[in-house]
Amino acid sequence: MSLQPRTYTVTRADLVAYAEASGDHNPIHQDDEVARSVGLPGVIAHGMYTMALAARAVADWFPGAEVVSLGCKFTAPVVVPAEGGIDVEVAGEAKDPVDGLTTIALTVTCEGQKVLGMPKAVVRAPADG
Amino acid sequence: MDQSLVGRVFPPTAPYAVTEDNVRAFAEATGASYDGGPAPATFPIVLAFGAMNAFLEAEQLDLFRIVHGEQRFAYERPVVPGDVLTATLSVASLRQIAGNDIIGTTSEITDADGALVCSTSATLVHQGPES
Repeated sequence: MSLQPRTYTVTRADLVAYAEASGDHNPIHQDDEVARSVGLPGVIAHGMYTMALAARAVADWFPGAEVVSLGCKFTAPVVVPAEGGIDVEVAGEAKDPVDGLTTIALTVTCEGQKVLGMPKAVVRAPADG
Repeated sequence: MDQSLVGRVFPPTAPYAVTEDNVRAFAEATGASYDGGPAPATFPIVLAFGAMNAFLEAEQLDLFRIVHGEQRFAYERPVVPGDVLTATLSVASLRQIAGNDIIGTTSEITDADGALVCSTSATLVHQGPES
């Protein structure tokens, strides 16, 4: 079953708020100069920020469902411009539940490019689905 | 960095009390709203990140040279406000590719009773200065 894709916009201000909330103050998420010094095109979103957006889509699709596992690789950076924002799209395909567990294969893209490798969530859907 | 690191278990992080306020701040930073109840699924990264920072400090590695390669969570139960959690990081694997250290870590997040809440594994790519 294909799930309705979700689009989220990421701004530099979001990254500042996320750094504060998560404790991840890596300057590659705040400072273009530091990001470029390690070979990045500019400030990038925390990989965990993008993963949080994937989890947010799962929570939207399966409200109240307990997440049993969640994982991905970080395969391409989400470069966040100094002004305005960048859109991240989360699409998902839910498999038929097995023993009450639903596996969701996710596809997370930014400007048409996949940014997470094999993102997958497993949720325990509430009994009445 | 050498293979003697593999299998090493680092000291548990200081107990972290989960509050509605810090869960809300985490949820809102990613544009979600929060009305109480379980924390977002990636919230345990707050604990794992604290453990990783202590590990980087112990190994004298610079955070800005770290790129996140992979993250996986396996949950025993959701995190909820009122939990007091600690994370214990161990090094699962280490290999060198093209001047980079590829470090596999696992952090076990436990509650005040010592029960496992979440186990999370991370692959950290440490970019050597010369790479």
